[in-house]
Amino acid sequence: MSDNQEQQQSVSAAKDVRVQASRWRERRDREDFGSADQAELDAWLAQSPDNMVAYLRVDDAWSRADRLGALRRPTRPVGPERRVLIARIAAALGLAAVLGVVAYSEMDTPVREHTYATAIGNREQIRLADGSEIELNTDTTLRTRITPQERRVWLDKGEAYFNIRHDAAHPFIVMAGTHRVTDLGTKFFVRHDSDRLEVAVMEGKAQVDANGKTDVKPAVLLPGDVVVATASSILETKKSVQDLSDKLGWRQGMLVFHHTALADAAAEFNRYNREKIVIGDSAIARLTINGTFPSRNVGDFTHLTQEVFGLHVEKQGDIAVLSR
Amino acid sequence: MAETPDKNREALPQPAGSAGVSAVNDWFVREVLPLESALMQFLRRSWRNRGDAEDLCHDVYVKVYEAASREIPDPAKPFVFAVARNLLINRSRREQIVSIDTVADPDTLGIARDEPGPDRAAIAKQELHRLQAALDRLPPRCREAVVLRKIEGLPRREIAQRMGISEATVAEHLAAGMYALADGIHENESGR
Repeated sequence: MSDNQEQQQSVSAAKDVRVQASRWRERRDREDFGSADQAELDAWLAQSPDNMVAYLRVDDAWSRADRLGALRRPTRPVGPERRVLIARIAAALGLAAVLGVVAYSEMDTPVREHTYATAIGNREQIRLADGSEIELNTDTTLRTRITPQERRVWLDKGEAYFNIRHDAAHPFIVMAGTHRVTDLGTKFFVRHDSDRLEVAVMEGKAQVDANGKTDVKPAVLLPGDVVVATASSILETKKSVQDLSDKLGWRQGMLVFHHTALADAAAEFNRYNREKIVIGDSAIARLTINGTFPSRNVGDFTHLTQEVFGLHVEKQGDIAVLSR
Repeated sequence: MAETPDKNREALPQPAGSAGVSAVNDWFVREVLPLESALMQFLRRSWRNRGDAEDLCHDVYVKVYEAASREIPDPAKPFVFAVARNLLINRSRREQIVSIDTVADPDTLGIARDEPGPDRAAIAKQELHRLQAALDRLPPRCREAVVLRKIEGLPRREIAQRMGISEATVAEHLAAGMYALADGIHENESGR
């Protein structure tokens, strides 16, 4: 019987701790959450794993719920657009009092922070409140921080295409590793691999610099300009807009190859799939590939190399080894 | 080379000398939480009183988390279900009503194997559907507060003004909304 009672207590305790965790997460979300609050939260979390797992669970869910915002914006005017709408209606009706509230809320625009991430093989479209659009490619993590002064995003890894509403009063800045890209026009993409950064401009202008370090001259990119930066070098090249749009084939789920070495094509496929292509024979690495392929269809691609080059494909679980 | 201060996780404690905490937390969020709907399904199917599932789930999490603090189990899925099964067996023993079908073997239910499962894109889509469904199920005022906060990004003060309620009440609605969304994202019944 005492066992039963103990169980009854633990039963209510489980729900109770989840409710407490939700209250903490709510408090954590407040604008005035300070270091004293943080210390209190840390102490509560350290008290027991019950608290910790309940908090991790609600924190994870609340972060994921960001997606509600990202996907609802296109269908539903929110934030500034709606405020503009309210202001217009108010102006039309001559409601000074309502205008007062709108002006107040404009001054008080909060800092908006979101984290977006795509899994291998996925893409996601983000629409910001200002109408700017960002498309995330496979295996990408991007954080946004929109303040009344500026729009700043961190491309922690992966690749993204930016179509930005230019607004000199509210600069749009992409932070990627050791470099920083500032929008001076409209459309560009940034690819951030572990040790390499590639920036290309489709329309308008963008500036790339080493996070404001003065010993490195900022590069201003015009349409067709491509910059590849590593920790120790910056290389500028010019490409045709057609070449660049081929590089953006992923936005339609396609990979476009022009005289691409088999090894490089395999590396591209491997970005999009858990199933990996391995070149088992260095002699075939430089065979060249032309064509447009669905990025998620590894089987079709390896089959084609079999047909065209007479390669041997050996499947080992999630790995397809190509050899002569 | 990337600077990666992760804003979402900054609330979690990083006490000096236990660098492992954040690794365990990351692992738990990445590997264990996504198993919740399968775990709840297993618990509801295997335990007589379906109403206990939430508490059993929480207890499984605690035991898994404690074990991971010593050493992170890999792969996660079979380990989580083994913990769940042991927990059910211990509960059954305590209640002196061990019956053979009390604890189904997760393997025979086809849910404990560590396999890729459906397409990631499909999962992401499902998750969004669940989130929207959970949002729609919230009581109207609670839903309104969550929408103003999460979708419109308004500060509490402004939500309170718009809804004509105190900031404390806004906070209550938001906390209740968070609780329900955390259930809804894993497709658990949140009616209580």
